[in-house]
Amino acid sequence: MRLLIKNGHIIDPKNGVDEVRDLLIADGVILSAGKNLADEDAQVLDASGKIVAPGLIDLHVHFREPGYEYKEDIETGSKAAAKGGVTTVVCMPNTKPVIDNGALVQYVMNRGREIGLTNVLTCGCISKGQQSGELSEIGELKAAGAVGISDDGRPVLSPSLMKKALEYAQMFDMPILSHSEDLDLVDGGSMNEGYMSTYLGLRGIPKSAESVAVSRDVLLAEETGGRLHVCHVSTKNAIEAIRNAKKRGAKITAETAPHYFSLTDRACDGFNTNAKMNPPLRDDEDVQAVITALADGTIDAIATDHAPHHFDEKELEFDQALNGIVGLETSLGVGVTYLVKTGKLTLSQLIEKMSVNPASILGIDKGTLGEGKPADIVIFDCENPYKVCVHEFESKGKNSPYDGFELYGKVKTTILGGKIVYQED
Amino acid sequence: MKREVLEGSKKDNCLSGKSIITLFFENSTRTRLSFELASKYLGATAANIAASGSSVAKGETLIDTAKTIDQMAADVIIIRHSSSGAPHLISNYTNASIVNAGDGMNEHPTQALLDFMTMQEKKGGFQGLRVAIVGDVKHSRVARSNVYGLKKLGADVVLGGPATLMPADIEQLGVKAYTDIDRAIEGADVVMGLRIQLERQKKGLFPSVREYHKYFGINEERLKLAAPDAIVMHPGPVNRGVELSAAVIDGDRSVIGEQVTNGVCVRMAVLNLLAGK
Ligand SMILES: [Zn+2]
Repeated sequence: MRLLIKNGHIIDPKNGVDEVRDLLIADGVILSAGKNLADEDAQVLDASGKIVAPGLIDLHVHFREPGYEYKEDIETGSKAAAKGGVTTVVCMPNTKPVIDNGALVQYVMNRGREIGLTNVLTCGCISKGQQSGELSEIGELKAAGAVGISDDGRPVLSPSLMKKALEYAQMFDMPILSHSEDLDLVDGGSMNEGYMSTYLGLRGIPKSAESVAVSRDVLLAEETGGRLHVCHVSTKNAIEAIRNAKKRGAKITAETAPHYFSLTDRACDGFNTNAKMNPPLRDDEDVQAVITALADGTIDAIATDHAPHHFDEKELEFDQALNGIVGLETSLGVGVTYLVKTGKLTLSQLIEKMSVNPASILGIDKGTLGEGKPADIVIFDCENPYKVCVHEFESKGKNSPYDGFELYGKVKTTILGGKIVYQED
Repeated sequence: MKREVLEGSKKDNCLSGKSIITLFFENSTRTRLSFELASKYLGATAANIAASGSSVAKGETLIDTAKTIDQMAADVIIIRHSSSGAPHLISNYTNASIVNAGDGMNEHPTQALLDFMTMQEKKGGFQGLRVAIVGDVKHSRVARSNVYGLKKLGADVVLGGPATLMPADIEQLGVKAYTDIDRAIEGADVVMGLRIQLERQKKGLFPSVREYHKYFGINEERLKLAAPDAIVMHPGPVNRGVELSAAVIDGDRSVIGEQVTNGVCVRMAVLNLLAGK
């Protein structure tokens, strides 16, 4: 099967392309890019006025399978990814049971392949049962196909275990995707500590709950030479710790999530549980720091932390409601609207954060529209705004703070391995 | 209404035929009693649901409990809950009027109203009135409701208490906050103590009751810093010798007893406004 994408504005940072071209795809790979391409056998997609970019790669999603299929499963998660222009996802292993062995890694990846709407990759756990006790069998996880290890949802409690994980995982070239959080400092808090927590009478989570833990982990990475990827960075001081450790040569990468550069804790007003997540939304100063860090490269990637929950788990007292929001179907829109339209990043830089850099963090041959590369592609519209409506989401989770927001960057077509997996009707 | 209460002619009956439910998820003798008496003095049918001994203990959600009560045609649901925002949440699911009788660390509006009534009676107004609120401000819904209301009424509010019990960025609410409580009390027309929960000590928020009282307790000596005719208030129940010294509680500046009386009156007024014909 052949596909010809005509007259799209191609953004392919890896190959330095930022201009209107045609793109010809055959047998699942990119055959050629150029002007005025023609092919009689190919299905033609007119992309005039649209952006054509490598498919997005989301380093941090929760597809909830096995165990919590009432929140999301690999099929609905994959549909949400396709609709959001995301062609590769990395699942977090805090399922039930947790993914701490090779069989479960293979189960998740096989389900993803059967469904065939996005490349489903997964992390395995750092510690057995995510209990922060013993290391899981990291070699076996790697052999089964896991792309990294993470105890996401929970921090690795013991610094010495984190140190050992960084040492041990190096042998298998496995990055550690770290949910760095000091639970002692969290101390039962349910939102960022500051004026808004005081105003709402909710227990605050100090910024130090993140910055102290990130500081610990970057120092351990520096000392061991291990590969640390810091997940969902939200605070200025955590960013500063990462920036300094990177300068000293530590092998560190970092991600933030769309909500940390587009929303503040003011979104929690009215006890809005769709603005409750962990780490919590911070304040203006942190939002500015996140944007600066994206622009200067301290933060390498944007990942959603897509965390679907059932309505009943969110429609509760604020302190009882579960943490997390869905993100796959709004991440590109939030990125375009809050980073590109505001002039903070170029479109090319945004695609680096959402595709090129995630690919290199994972060490996979994606995030490029180079000839011969897998044809994972997103086509989207940057010119016309659209209104977010959670009821149109493919995800089972409707827990989004962006419902009703006007965004730019609507996905028109998503192509996975040369096959159209999503087409706006 | 205060006249009715004080003169013993308490059956007004303006709420006869109305049903008022108190739904309390936290123990409270005085607030619940105050609301129940207010309901009965106005002739309403009052019933009480305590969190233990009902389906609440069996894992029913707050929303389901509220819906069930609503189905029984309650006119007013008075709720106390340990989670901030709980009354706000159930108000989306009920036809009944919701009265917040204290939610988490958020608000306790009828307590603030009874405090304002007491201040009005004793001080004649709020313009230029200096009110010092001293103690565990961080965990206090009484403090928050007082701050919001007093600012609106034109009073000056100063807060005092240990740094570990002072909420973040509180001064953005338009108040001054001091950890040296002498500075908070200085020149105050009203000195309000807040209840200290002794469990806070175990969490390391203050080292001992002894040290708390020494640095943050209101005693007669400290009270000399306040205006000569300052009154002393406390939402109760008081830990004697901790937030306030015994001499201050029982002294002639204390209006703690009148606060309790005014509590019933204010709650009658609130219920009448919400459910009266
Ligand atoms: Zn996490």
